[in-house]
Amino acid sequence: MDLRMSPEELEQIAENEREAQKKFAHSITVCVAAGCMSCQSQAVKEAIDREIEKQGMGQRCKSKGVGCMGLCAAGPLVSSAGGALYKNVSASDAAEIVASVESNPVSRLLCPTDVPFFQRQKKIVLENSGVVDPEHIEDYLAANGYSAMMRVITEMTPAHAIEEVVKSGLRGRGGAGYPTGLKWSTVAKAASKRVKYAICNADEGDPGAFMDRSVLESDPHRVLEGMLIAAYAVGASEGYIYVRAEYPLAIKRLRTAIRQAERLGLLGHNICGTRFSFGIDIRLGAGAFVCGEETALIASVEGKRGTPRPRPPYPAQEGLFGEPTLINNVETYANIPPIIRNGGEWYSQIGSEKSKGTKVFALAGRVANTGLVEVPMGISLREIIFEIGGGIPEGRNFKAAQTGGPSGGCIPAQFLDMPVDYESLAQVGSIMGSGGMIVMDDTSCMVDVAKYFMDFCMTESCGKCIPCRVGTYQMNELLGKITRFEATPQDIGMIEELCDLLKNTSLCGLGISAPNPVLSTLKYFAEEYKAHIVSGQCPAGVCGARRSEARPAESRQLEGSGAAR
Amino acid sequence: MPTATGSDYAKPAPPDGQDKRWRIVDATMRRLGHHSRSLIETLHTVQETFGYLDEGALRYVATSLHIPMSRAYGVATFYQFFTLKPAGRHACVICMGTACYIKGAQHLLTAMANDYGIAPGETTSDGGISLLTARCLGSCGLAPAVVYDSEVAGKVSPPDLRAHVAKWISA
Repeated sequence: MDLRMSPEELEQIAENEREAQKKFAHSITVCVAAGCMSCQSQAVKEAIDREIEKQGMGQRCKSKGVGCMGLCAAGPLVSSAGGALYKNVSASDAAEIVASVESNPVSRLLCPTDVPFFQRQKKIVLENSGVVDPEHIEDYLAANGYSAMMRVITEMTPAHAIEEVVKSGLRGRGGAGYPTGLKWSTVAKAASKRVKYAICNADEGDPGAFMDRSVLESDPHRVLEGMLIAAYAVGASEGYIYVRAEYPLAIKRLRTAIRQAERLGLLGHNICGTRFSFGIDIRLGAGAFVCGEETALIASVEGKRGTPRPRPPYPAQEGLFGEPTLINNVETYANIPPIIRNGGEWYSQIGSEKSKGTKVFALAGRVANTGLVEVPMGISLREIIFEIGGGIPEGRNFKAAQTGGPSGGCIPAQFLDMPVDYESLAQVGSIMGSGGMIVMDDTSCMVDVAKYFMDFCMTESCGKCIPCRVGTYQMNELLGKITRFEATPQDIGMIEELCDLLKNTSLCGLGISAPNPVLSTLKYFAEEYKAHIVSGQCPAGVCGARRSEARPAESRQLEGSGAAR
Repeated sequence: MPTATGSDYAKPAPPDGQDKRWRIVDATMRRLGHHSRSLIETLHTVQETFGYLDEGALRYVATSLHIPMSRAYGVATFYQFFTLKPAGRHACVICMGTACYIKGAQHLLTAMANDYGIAPGETTSDGGISLLTARCLGSCGLAPAVVYDSEVAGKVSPPDLRAHVAKWISA
């Protein structure tokens, strides 16, 4: 039996699903992404299902598990079709919530939605998160899913598709911000021996970043659709999603999504009866930060140690198994379907002059509303942290915002009004990165933070090139001297020299950007370094406390990780 | 017993032929065509099935995929996710991501070191509890986060941690 769907048949499935959903007068959606799941949202959903049954509402009311609604700090989140959003819901609240769908919402659980956290966001990548059921392809189809892909493969030439992406001004969301359209056209032009590959980089290694995990858990089909469009545009016929083994839920949902898409003939040979064929396989990462670097990622997909190699040749020319390979990040792919649906022109109107569109940030650390936010590029840091994020809790003072993880820098208060886009962040010594934004208040010691990231880079250095392998170790030692109040002013000079060395001589992005957290803290928080070195004091009180309490454990940790390797 | 399947190639035998779990590993290798590039996927299956990778397992996988032992060992030790030692009955994974660090994850490590004398990567001498750290669980909204066996807990304080681990010990 030929299971391949024609566009008309797919539209019919979507229509049937919409009809089926209309039959229910009410729906209650429960967040089943990892954040809420770890506050037992699954139990909440089961309790709601039981209550619907018990109260005889089975004909009129339906519950649905959906992806991330954003405000992870207030999970588990439940939303009722009337527009009421409930926070911190427990299974015992189920009866009240179900009983209220036909009357007034349960006021004691209400989470106000007319606040900046919800009002100031602009959702493109996350438009389906918290709306569609990530485990049912029919629900995605009912929300216009796969319509962009259908249009591309039946009505557009590959060149035309690339042109739309170029027009949109979309830049890579993995961190470096390379123009996506340009990357696509390079791969499209490259000659292949056998096949071309399209890879989705879902190795979200930056500590403090969880945007990609959330997109994969909340809307996996969106990523598959983006990859399909990209594959058609560049002429790729095989695809891989390289996802961290630390994200079991995302892996499970991706596997389900791939199986469902294959069943409908949206993946595989002759998709929708056209000549276009594309298959996607999952490859699990195994806990190596460096595998976010594209050449290291390719080595890992090939089953080898994830060590980078010099570029050129770039993966666009010689990538996986020596063939032209397109590598884009999860969020980049997730941006593609709306660009095709609404046109590149539409997308290019959003954002700032050089950074188009929106960016998803994972807001964490010392901020009231931790969670996932999507904002237009060019918005100020102040708006993100103080309006959307709700400011710093416990009446403390903002000290710095860290973006870009171990490759980024710490941005001090004086730049709070700076627009957030690729260029502005680079100007102040940080990077956009993949979207982790960690807010720190006056309880954080910036020297300690710099050491934390250097320790990270040291452990994660793959060891292939010497500047990175030895340089990160030496810098970590020097920073350790400062936090133990044993450093001399000359040590700062040595740190600066090493920063320069790493930046200019390392093989890949890990080593090149490893000095960023040190350089930015040295620049903006020089007085804290000075306090440690000259007066033997830690202004935030972190290093002194650590000295008596946690140092034995910390030094053992290093030995422990050494022994495990 | 190794049996000959070709003229000059003998199919390797798993370390323990009686153990049916090797069939799961064999299935993964077969699905990926016994190609050398399927090494990482195969090691994932071994670790999922047996909990860790020992020398016998590595040798078997290397021989089956026609790659030198050095490469299998190199890959197994390169990636943090793979472990060469058996884990304890319970695993406590403390997230050391930036958000968790800022919110005091190191105090959780101190608590485990003080109370049970184990550092990350170590297991208590009775094989009861393994302490592990994660680079980032991606549960930053719930910092500091801890995974007890496979259950994620958020906003964990040292007393919470002690209480949970004590439950394991008394059970």
